[in-house]
Amino acid sequence: MIELNQFLILSALLFSIGVIGIFLNRKNVIIILMSIEIILLAVNINLIAFSHFLNDLTGQIFSLFVLTVAAAEAAIGLAILVIYNRNAGSIEIEKINTLKG
Amino acid sequence: MSISLLTFYLFSSILLLSSLMVISTKNPVHSVLFLILAFLNAAGIFVILHAEFLAMILIIVYVGAVAVLFLFVVMMLDFKTSLEKDNILQYMPIGLLIGLVFIAELVIVLINTRLDLSNIQILSNPLDNFSDQSNTEAIGSILYTNYVLYFQLSGVILLVAMVGSIVLTLRDREGVKRQIVSEQVDRKGKIELVNVKSGEGVDI
Repeated sequence: MIELNQFLILSALLFSIGVIGIFLNRKNVIIILMSIEIILLAVNINLIAFSHFLNDLTGQIFSLFVLTVAAAEAAIGLAILVIYNRNAGSIEIEKINTLKG
Repeated sequence: MSISLLTFYLFSSILLLSSLMVISTKNPVHSVLFLILAFLNAAGIFVILHAEFLAMILIIVYVGAVAVLFLFVVMMLDFKTSLEKDNILQYMPIGLLIGLVFIAELVIVLINTRLDLSNIQILSNPLDNFSDQSNTEAIGSILYTNYVLYFQLSGVILLVAMVGSIVLTLRDREGVKRQIVSEQVDRKGKIELVNVKSGEGVDI
């Protein structure tokens, strides 16, 4: 029998992989967007695991909304990426320095 | 070791390995393909958790739409695969430090606590109410009743995302001929009806 903690540890590891991906990647923004998708996937696994072990359906509904927001975020992010590439000619993170942040 | 535990370990190990490959490969196309593998294995995990509808939605929406969108953008942008050596070592220490601290904290907490969910009585939609229905039917029966406002709100979010991404990427190109309806309608007086004799044609 699989326990709740195993799913929670899996989703914690997945979340951490996403965070590390955001930090380590200095090449292009697309990998960062994929890391965000991985983070949202970890959140979904968490929600569904709790939904299963609590015998409650609400977690699955919430996970559906997380999926919706993730899809919208991917579409907007990629659109911004396309116009940034068109204007600046590159999407390498180290060359995105016009904000001087 | 039971079959379900074995499947869980299979799916979760492939999921973790492929998501590691997503953040570590040089070629973005390989990253997207590993992302697809990760999503498929996550769908397997969802099936283990008896969330069949969400597993299928994950495959359809993520693999079918989002990952293909990523693939399109990666191939369309055609950024040069980096020939110069990237200075990953510059950011490796801080990234690994933060990541490892994060992993250590979460896993230590999760290993040492044993959540007892058996006597929680605050459930809003207990699964026992839907024992004679399939997963899809159960989700539908409360998504379209109790959560209909949130459902419509997520529809609005998707609409705004669609309009936003179209507006962002739309641009006027030189030399594209568009239909101008007002000029078309305004052509009164410039139209001439000609009675064409057969076999002769007409001068324009």
